[in-house]
Amino acid sequence: MAISRRKFLTSMGAVIGAGTTGTLTKAYGATKTGFKGYPESFGVLHDITRCIGCRKCEQACNDVNKLDKPERPFDDLKVLDQKRRTDEAVYTVVNKFSGTPDVFVKKQCNHCQEPACASACFVKALKKDKTGAVVYDESLCVGCRYCMVACPFNIPAYTYNDPLSPKVTKCTLCLPRIQEGKLPGCVEICPKEALVFGKRKDLIKIAWKRITQSPGHYIEHVYGEHEMGGTSWLYLSGAPFEKVGMREDLGNTPAPELTSGALGTVPIVVGLWPVLLTGVYAISKRKEKIADEERKEAVQKATDLATAEMNKQLSQLKNKLTKEKDTAIKTEVKKALDAAAKKAAEAAKAVEKPLAAEDAADDDTGNEEE
Amino acid sequence: MTKENITAEKQFLTPFNVVAGIILLVGAVITILRFTKGIGAVTNLDNNNPWGLWIGFDLMCGVALAAGGYVTSSACYVFGLKKYHSAVRPAILTAFLGYALVVFALHYDVGRPWRLPYPIFYSQGTSSLLFEVGLCVFLYLTVLFVEWTPAAFEWLGFKKIRAWVVRLTMVLTIFGVVLSTLHQSSLGALFQIAPSKLHPLWYSGYLHVYFFISSMFAGMSMVIFEGTLAHKWLHHKMDETHLAEAEGVVLGFGKAASFVMMGYIGIKLIGLAVDNNWHYLTTGWGLWFLVELVGFVLFPAILYGMGAREKNTTFIRIAAFWTVLGIILNRLNISVIAFNYHLPSADRYVPSFMEVGTTIFIVTIGLVVYKFIATRMPILYEHPDYKEHH
Repeated sequence: MAISRRKFLTSMGAVIGAGTTGTLTKAYGATKTGFKGYPESFGVLHDITRCIGCRKCEQACNDVNKLDKPERPFDDLKVLDQKRRTDEAVYTVVNKFSGTPDVFVKKQCNHCQEPACASACFVKALKKDKTGAVVYDESLCVGCRYCMVACPFNIPAYTYNDPLSPKVTKCTLCLPRIQEGKLPGCVEICPKEALVFGKRKDLIKIAWKRITQSPGHYIEHVYGEHEMGGTSWLYLSGAPFEKVGMREDLGNTPAPELTSGALGTVPIVVGLWPVLLTGVYAISKRKEKIADEERKEAVQKATDLATAEMNKQLSQLKNKLTKEKDTAIKTEVKKALDAAAKKAAEAAKAVEKPLAAEDAADDDTGNEEE
Repeated sequence: MTKENITAEKQFLTPFNVVAGIILLVGAVITILRFTKGIGAVTNLDNNNPWGLWIGFDLMCGVALAAGGYVTSSACYVFGLKKYHSAVRPAILTAFLGYALVVFALHYDVGRPWRLPYPIFYSQGTSSLLFEVGLCVFLYLTVLFVEWTPAAFEWLGFKKIRAWVVRLTMVLTIFGVVLSTLHQSSLGALFQIAPSKLHPLWYSGYLHVYFFISSMFAGMSMVIFEGTLAHKWLHHKMDETHLAEAEGVVLGFGKAASFVMMGYIGIKLIGLAVDNNWHYLTTGWGLWFLVELVGFVLFPAILYGMGAREKNTTFIRIAAFWTVLGIILNRLNISVIAFNYHLPSADRYVPSFMEVGTTIFIVTIGLVVYKFIATRMPILYEHPDYKEHH
């Protein structure tokens, strides 16, 4: 049996009281042990087969959030002929998918268990509240729009035309109303009970009960139970989800896990790089030093060798020069002697006095010995 | 000397100055529009396409192409390749200006730029890759500024403080490499959170590795490319050491880039194999992927290799320019072109003229400031008073 929203309304005050005064004993993060969501968190079950496309939820959303009124009134159902998405003035839209019968699907922030937007936000402007709502704090937002890049459902919008205080806009799950013990605007107004508000874990049970109780009426899948790690909004559909504008290729990995690997390398790089780089520096420095020493040594060796060689050559040259000098002197002396002898002989011949020639030869010999 | 000054004054209305002046004027008009009418008034961004040209080119390509700073300074100071010393200062200056302009461009793109210090000083969203990018870019910009100051101090004649900063060179270089590793890779990892939006050929669990490795040859190519430009326009500012070492830098960086690019192709193929994405290669997106990988990585890598082997600097200079284009193509593919590939063409993003105008405006500011600094401070030459100090 489906739990009606009115039943929830009556029991909710107590739950909220407990939820807001009780403190969380465990800090949940994007860990690989698996975050199953805040245990008492809320969600909404959207039974697509019940939606008639009356756009009353859009109107309620517009009222509750005090958004700009659209050009075409909410009872103009021709709006449904165009595919629409959420934007800065529209937190929820109903899209029509033609068929027999036509299928109407409400679209808004799915309030992921582990939101991609919150994980992507670099100023923590987006947070997963323990009530289940993914809440946005405008006072922190820088406007980088990484949340919009990250969101797998293309939900957050941006007030691009506001020069001074542009902001991200999206469904709040009516957190202020929940805190007052009220239902979200869209759930409260829905005339067909296509929307059921409750604890997420109960909604999953309700969804599966409906599937088993009406065989053939639903696709056997509760969209949002596991998609992207699970979402607070859950969907039942008679038509394949892919056919009604809901992507079935998102996978079940929570968004934070997709980046945790890259993020995990940060401390390792910070720790290792300085050590490695200093090591490389030390190696290159040492190589330089050794090369320098080797060069010096080689130069010394070469110098020594060259000096020795030079000395050797010098002494050789000296000897050679001395020898040459000796030879030259000898030659000169011999020349002189010969000349003298010749002269003497000529003189002797001329004067024919052998004794005088002998005296002259004696004198010369004396000179040579000196 | 006086004669030169007179001619310099007469030449104030050079073609460069006139064109730059017009671009800066147009940029000023767009700036006024942006800050009085909002982002929506000047861009084609919408709720499906929150990031456009300003992120895809100004941030993604700006950071990648400014990688020459950490590549060159680590090659020279950490790896001890002293023959690249004359390339360090121009590379540091380009990197500093590059990062400064990235931050400047972000002021246009984010909704409330005056809150840009928030992630660092006010509310730290540590689970976000963008937080890491922001923190690292902030710190690295500071490092690059300090690394650049000796040139300014030499110009101003502040000898003591210059000597003090120079003593920090080693620490700053290592810090710079750590920070560059982190934010270069994180820029790629930003997109790992959106597997349902980025085409599978570009999405990979290794995106952060791809971004880091490609930043290396992006940096080297940019050093060669801007060196080529500087030789053309600022040749008279270069001293003998710079001119003598320039060819060695071109050949050495060309060879290194060729190696790294081949390794990059290898890990890209590994990525394809790990995710078993081969079948996408026969689709239109596959063809586009091959244009990028073969046409803009493999081809310039081979050209680089041939240039290094034949000692043909013309080949290397062409390869450098080609690689720079390839990096721009890769970054734009990931952040804009192959992002939201599944959306119907009516919902796809095409930049507006004013977005393109802003980007050209910002690049022009970079050129003008580079020229201003390089013609005044000892960037392409060594200051005669400090020759022995390295």
